Amino acid sequence: MELKYFSWIREGIGAAEETLKKPDEVTSVTDLLNHLCSLGEPYRTVLKERVFVRVAVNQTHVPHDHDISDDDEIAIFPPVTGG
Amino acid sequence: MASISVQSEDFDIGAEIDALKQGNTSIGAIVTFTGTVRDVGSTLKTMTLEHYPGMTETELNRIAEEAETRWPLLGCRVIHRYGTLEPGDNIVLVITTSSHREAAFEAADYLMDFLKSNAPFWKKEQSATDTSWVDAKDKDSVALDRWRE
Repeated sequence: MELKYFSWIREGIGAAEETLKKPDEVTSVTDLLNHLCSLGEPYRTVLKERVFVRVAVNQTHVPHDHDISDDDEIAIFPPVTGG
Repeated sequence: MASISVQSEDFDIGAEIDALKQGNTSIGAIVTFTGTVRDVGSTLKTMTLEHYPGMTETELNRIAEEAETRWPLLGCRVIHRYGTLEPGDNIVLVITTSSHREAAFEAADYLMDFLKSNAPFWKKEQSATDTSWVDAKDKDSVALDRWRE
C-alpha cells in the first residue's frame, strides 16, 4: 500500500508518504487505522479521534468500512477546508 | 466541457469570462464566484493551501460533470490556487454560463458547496505569533443536504 498523509496528519506523522505491506488481517480502512495505531506513536495520537480522519482510496473519498488491497494508494487526511 | 485548473498563479477574472464567451452567442447569463483570503482581525500574515495533486483535479472534474448533468450549462470554469497567499489574494474562481440566469446561479452555488466539502485542499493560517490549520465547518456539510432530492 502507498500511504499518503496531508495537513496536520502529515505533520503529526512526520512524513508525506510511506509504503506499507498490508498485513493479511487488515481488510478495511478501519482495520488499517487500527493497525497504524497499534504501531504506537506518533500514529496512536494523530489517528485517535476518528471523526477527524478522512480517507481516500485510489483518489476517491471512501467511508471507513471500505475494503482495501495491497495495490491501493490510500490517503489519510483531516476534513478538507478549500474554497 | 468544464475546464479545471489547479495552480499557484493568480487568475484574471475578465480574461476567463472572455474566453468562455468566445464564439458562443447563445450565452445569456454569466455567474462568477471568487473566494479571497480573509483577514477579519488584521492578524493574518499569510495563508498556505496544501492539496492532493491528482485527486484534486479528479474531484473538481467530478463535481463539474455533475453540475453539467443537473443544469443546462454552456460553459463551466473552475480555478483553485495552492501555495502561500496573502490577505486579499484570490483563492478560487467558479464561472458558469447558461442561456438563462437560474441555471448559472444554481450551478455556481452547487459547485462551491461541493468544492468546499469534497475537494482535497487544506488551509493553514500564519499570524505574527501563531500557525494553525483551519477547522472544517459543520455548515459546509449541512450545505450539501439541500442538493439531495
